[in-house]
Amino acid sequence: MGFFFPPVRCRHDDLKEMLDSNKDSLKLEAMKRIVAMIARGKNASDLFPAVVKNVACKNIEVKKLVYVYLVRYAEEQQDLALLSISTFQRGLKDPNQLIRASALRVLSSIRVPIIVPIMMLAIKEAASDMSPYVRKTAAHAIPKLYSLDSDQKDQLIEVIEKLLADKTTLVAGSVVMAFEEVCPERIDLIHKNYRKLCNLLIDVEEWGQVVIINMLTRYARTQFLSPNQNESLLEESAEKAFYGSEEEDAKDAKVEAASLAKRKPYVMDPDHRLLLRNTKPLLQSRNAAVVMAVAQLYFHLAPKAEVGVIAKALVRLLRSHSEVQYVVLQNVATMSIKRRGMFEPYLKSFYIRSTDPTQIKILKLEVLTNLANETNISTILREFQTYIRSMDKDFVAATIQAIGRCATNIGKVRDTCLNGLVQLLSNRDELVVAESVVVIKKLLQMQPAQHSEIIKHMAKLTDNIQVPMARASILWLIGEYCEHVPKIAPDVLRKMAKSFTNEEDIVKLQVINLAAKLYLTNSKQSKLLTQYVLNLAKYDQNYDIRDRARFIRQLIVPTEKSGALNKYAKKLFLAQKPAPILESSFKDRDHFQLGSLSHLLNAKAVGYQELPDWPDEAPDPSVRNVEVPEWTKCTSREKRKEKVEKPFYSDSEGESGPTESADSEPESVSEESSSSSSSGSSSSGSEEEEEEEEEEEEGSGEQSEKEEEEEKRTKRKEKESSRQAAPGSVGSEEEKEEEEDGTKEAKKKKVSQGRKSCAETSSEEASASESSSSGSDSGSKVEAKRRKPPTSRAGPKEISLLDLDDFTPPPPQPVPSSSIVSTSLVTDLEGLMLTDTSLAPALLSPAFGAVRTYELLHRMAGEGLSVEYCFSRRPFPGDPHMVAIQIQISNNTDAEVKSLRVSEPKLLSGMRIQEFPEIERLVPGDTASVVMGIDFCDSTQAANFQLCTHTRHFYVSIQPPVGELMAPVFMSENEFKKEQGKLTGMSEITEKLTLPEKCRSDHAIVQQMTSAANVGRVPCGADNEYRFAAKTVTSGSLVLITLERREGGVAQLTVNSEKMVIGTMLVKDIIQALAQ
Amino acid sequence: MIHSLFLINCSGDIFLEKHWKSQSVCDYFFEAQEKAIDVENVPPVISTPHHYLISIYRDKIFFVSVIQTEVPPLFVIEFLHRVADTFQDYFGECSETAIKDNVVIVYELLEEMLDNGFPLATESNILKELIKPPTILRSVVNSITGSSNVGDTLPTGQLSNIPWRRAGVKYTNNEAYFDVIEEIDAIIDKSGSTVFAEIQVASSNCLMRFHLPLCHYLQNPRLLDDVSFHPCIRFKRWESERVLSFIPPDGNFRLISYRVSSQNLVAIPVYVKHMISFKENSSSGRFDVTIGPKQNMGKTVEGVVMTVHMPKAVLNMNLTATQGSYTFDPVTKVLTWDVGKITPQKLPNLKGIVNLQSGAAKPEENPSLNIQFKIQQLAISGLKVNRLDMYGEKYKPFKGVKYITKAGKFQVRT
Repeated sequence: MGFFFPPVRCRHDDLKEMLDSNKDSLKLEAMKRIVAMIARGKNASDLFPAVVKNVACKNIEVKKLVYVYLVRYAEEQQDLALLSISTFQRGLKDPNQLIRASALRVLSSIRVPIIVPIMMLAIKEAASDMSPYVRKTAAHAIPKLYSLDSDQKDQLIEVIEKLLADKTTLVAGSVVMAFEEVCPERIDLIHKNYRKLCNLLIDVEEWGQVVIINMLTRYARTQFLSPNQNESLLEESAEKAFYGSEEEDAKDAKVEAASLAKRKPYVMDPDHRLLLRNTKPLLQSRNAAVVMAVAQLYFHLAPKAEVGVIAKALVRLLRSHSEVQYVVLQNVATMSIKRRGMFEPYLKSFYIRSTDPTQIKILKLEVLTNLANETNISTILREFQTYIRSMDKDFVAATIQAIGRCATNIGKVRDTCLNGLVQLLSNRDELVVAESVVVIKKLLQMQPAQHSEIIKHMAKLTDNIQVPMARASILWLIGEYCEHVPKIAPDVLRKMAKSFTNEEDIVKLQVINLAAKLYLTNSKQSKLLTQYVLNLAKYDQNYDIRDRARFIRQLIVPTEKSGALNKYAKKLFLAQKPAPILESSFKDRDHFQLGSLSHLLNAKAVGYQELPDWPDEAPDPSVRNVEVPEWTKCTSREKRKEKVEKPFYSDSEGESGPTESADSEPESVSEESSSSSSSGSSSSGSEEEEEEEEEEEEGSGEQSEKEEEEEKRTKRKEKESSRQAAPGSVGSEEEKEEEEDGTKEAKKKKVSQGRKSCAETSSEEASASESSSSGSDSGSKVEAKRRKPPTSRAGPKEISLLDLDDFTPPPPQPVPSSSIVSTSLVTDLEGLMLTDTSLAPALLSPAFGAVRTYELLHRMAGEGLSVEYCFSRRPFPGDPHMVAIQIQISNNTDAEVKSLRVSEPKLLSGMRIQEFPEIERLVPGDTASVVMGIDFCDSTQAANFQLCTHTRHFYVSIQPPVGELMAPVFMSENEFKKEQGKLTGMSEITEKLTLPEKCRSDHAIVQQMTSAANVGRVPCGADNEYRFAAKTVTSGSLVLITLERREGGVAQLTVNSEKMVIGTMLVKDIIQALAQ
Repeated sequence: MIHSLFLINCSGDIFLEKHWKSQSVCDYFFEAQEKAIDVENVPPVISTPHHYLISIYRDKIFFVSVIQTEVPPLFVIEFLHRVADTFQDYFGECSETAIKDNVVIVYELLEEMLDNGFPLATESNILKELIKPPTILRSVVNSITGSSNVGDTLPTGQLSNIPWRRAGVKYTNNEAYFDVIEEIDAIIDKSGSTVFAEIQVASSNCLMRFHLPLCHYLQNPRLLDDVSFHPCIRFKRWESERVLSFIPPDGNFRLISYRVSSQNLVAIPVYVKHMISFKENSSSGRFDVTIGPKQNMGKTVEGVVMTVHMPKAVLNMNLTATQGSYTFDPVTKVLTWDVGKITPQKLPNLKGIVNLQSGAAKPEENPSLNIQFKIQQLAISGLKVNRLDMYGEKYKPFKGVKYITKAGKFQVRT
């Protein structure tokens, strides 16, 4: 390593020696010293090679310190930093989740553009890691990668989308953070996750809460209607009357009246209500940032009547650190302008202590002024009186201004205030006097006639007062109202003319003004003086003053050349001037989102997301619907409450535990397959990336470049084989994890293992088939993958899975034990996990083996094109009333089949069909799989349509078995009995049957039943009874099935359903199935 | 969010810096620091052409963080305070020397607390599992065995939804202590009438040493106007039954903070008689203050300390105290009178002459008096801990409750 440096720079020889030694303790000592150097801001970059060698050190503390060092200096020494990459890549595969996470953390923090592809891959993999901690780290890595290379945005959005669907509280905050940094404009990604986020919110860690609440505020502004739409108009007009001019108002009023009439009565969207309800308890958080976030959410989103709740919490924050007070008061100041009533009860909490820092005092003063009204003004003024005697002069000045504002806003106390201020004119402190003068000037402008005494008094002050602003104010006053003080005014001008050259610029300008006005009103006395002043001004150093003098001379002194304006000089100078409005500097600040940095600075900060205005028309609320809404509703709170003794912190513990496992198991499996398939064959681009990656790896491993070629080959082989082995190892690891996870899942595990093994084999098959097919084939598939919204189905299905386990009491085996259902579940889950590749055909293929397939088009009839279909028993995305039909098309001809599509459906009335997207081409020997949806209207009538290729049309028809026209419903025994009670008489069909020998075990019965019809099992107390429930897909009417087994293989089958036809047909089908 | 963090002492030296994203300069901060007369007046948020600096001031250290994009300022401020709390927790004090001595641990801590500027682990129990706090014993052991301060497993708390509790905690003695500490905030005006008084935020600190119980901690909750909770408390039960139900964190923590509504009349336990005056055209003034107990419910008022920021013109003070001792710092102009316990028989009094700078004008205003005091075994609001029940464990822990009433921001205007 030595030759990296010329000997001159070897300052840190001892450190280098220590780092090279074999002892961990020496290395640790060296690293500690290096970190101390970094902390003090000293440059330790020349040690880079020596440090980076230790990246693989076994000692965890050394390792961590090396990470600290690496992150700090990698950007400066990119080439050397690459040496460490392979260590992290190894770390990413470590069985310890902490190590996986920290490897990802450091890898993503190294800002070296060349490793962007590696980072991308690592993030994608980590996003489907089974440890939520690693997934969280992946979410953190997203903005890092984005800031390094913004071209990756599209891919990162995919990852974000996937992580947004995550149900663990740990991930939620971090992924929303990533969302905000990478793609805050993609509000559509939130729709499906909105309710989940609202429900999880209370259990998310506090920092995440802040980010989520801020994001949801923005979301709600785009999706819901304003809860105050009617009131706000009234309020606005009221306010305008206060500040604005009359005419403007009248105009507005008309518009408003029109718009008022147009509006329908307002009903709050239930999702809007959900957000408000779920954030409210967070007002009691110990974290000020969370409280503030909720406060701003309420301020921006809640109906006016409900905003009041936040005042209490905000006032509580005033006890916190002074910095917190500072920020809170800024926001309170803004709020108190809009909603004065809210803080009025807490008026006294804003009283000022002499120990408060000045900036806090001034803010409190602002709030007090905003809160002042007719009733409380006397208390406030008394309080102000104490403040005026404070030692803190800046504060006193601010108080005087505050008094001025109170006086302008509340006419009743104007005279009192004015008198008080005049008294202050004799104050010993010049600053106080000056400030008073300025404020008095503004007040006098409102009613000058009555106050010539005060003006006279002030004129006398010119002798003593030195503060320029105050002098200028006095001069302006005298000039403006010189008619009220005709004797004094010329005298003042005389004095000022004497001292003109020594005055400040603003004073000089006012002297010129005064002179001009006097010249116009009293030219006899002041003509000479004016000439004198203007002459002085003519040679002033300041060009403003010279300009002003020239301008005024032309205007007022009549000469031959001076034009028409001369006549109007008096009108120009002595026009009625409107009194100034003393306004809060916090007015209109609320167009910035409260609590934001931009609001605090009153300037748009970088990256600030504008708070959108309420929409006029509510956007479609159904976008937030996650299908099978019953499940989402009962997942969390209400239900858990019943069994309080088990989970204590019901909300997340109860939920996240099982969710996580259900989530992560198949995820990891499928992830394995997806990563291998995507990198293996999907695109040539990733192939290249792989090569690069490998090169880097080698570079880091060994320095010699000659062996590279050979090694690359061997390595690739190794990689391939390890990849194949991977799923197994991951599976076993999961089991370990699960064992750690605890007791509750024990019963679940059996099920999941069953599921898992299926999934594994299927995914292996999948990857095999994928990689065997040629590279170019998948164009159309990729297309198809993209087009499908992947997450939509994921949510509800998953939840129902969980709840299935939750609902069934332990003794009877839950439904998934039957192989048919479980395979379909596997396909479901695969669909879920592969988010972006959800409909990859090969992955669905195993389902065909187990689920009954039907032939749509025989290869003979179809001239080499054969089409099969099956009922995948999944909800059809986009329309819950449709039955999803999985169609598999194989091309057995020698030629390409092009533009394969459905056309001219001949349907009975009411039936609807949703064609699959056109398949552009199908290469010989290849198979494509697509999904179409048909709404059969709860009848077994066939749907007829044509299947077209670019050359031929085939007439085909699909006739559904009655068992496929329904979807399982999960209910408790009691619910079942209750529903059954309602469906008696005509709706009940009973049939006796004899069960054959092989079909008498529980398992067989359940299996046959679920294969015959798409039903869900209902738990049942009695041993010899089996219950199943389903709903018809179109009308949603219940179908309840009871099978009572008696001695000697005799059984009684009862079907209860409103739809008698379906009931009868179903009985037939079931008996047939059971008799087989 | 947070790009960099600087720790700066009062004299303007950076003694620790840590960067997450990029580096920058804090000249703008120094400028603001110089401009402010008082350390407290350094604005918490400073806008510079390329960055925003958000700072807090704690224990004579400025924590300055550098921000580049929009972020809720409170988010950063709250986090910085959490950092300072963590240092306090680890090193016993949050001072420049403590941080300098433990710079490596500080670095390791910051590394765990923030990832890419976004908070990662801020719960002290989790941090303590990741990085063990330094103790003398451990440093000796470490130097002999070569083991390290850094844990190598993921703290289970990180993954569970009760991150405040460590797993597998065992104690030989199981104890639960509650300190109910109530603070009275008040402003008393010149004539002795109360302008504003609130038992504004009182805190209830708990020390819990348990295996893993569930506790129900009952109070008479009608008084509590506005409450903030430690995240361990279940909102639902509070809302429905007004019972505090929680799995406690391990060790010392603040369970709830509350404010007793200002509508309730607050009993002020002390009164102050004062006579402070400056004579016109002479360089002296009179100072006479007496403190006495009032409405103290039979308890003694202890630990009474009075601090007064005298006007700038005051040069010196010549006083005699009937009880306790006083100091006057001529540089900061702060008068401190440590009274101790108040005995109603003999009221403490501080009296004497104030010397003003010759030639200086008579100060217009009188300073306000800040009073501190403490009353043991009294919760002035009348709040009580009724019961502590435990569920899920068989053993009987030792339970103790302590009430203290203190002065919060208690100010007497003169």
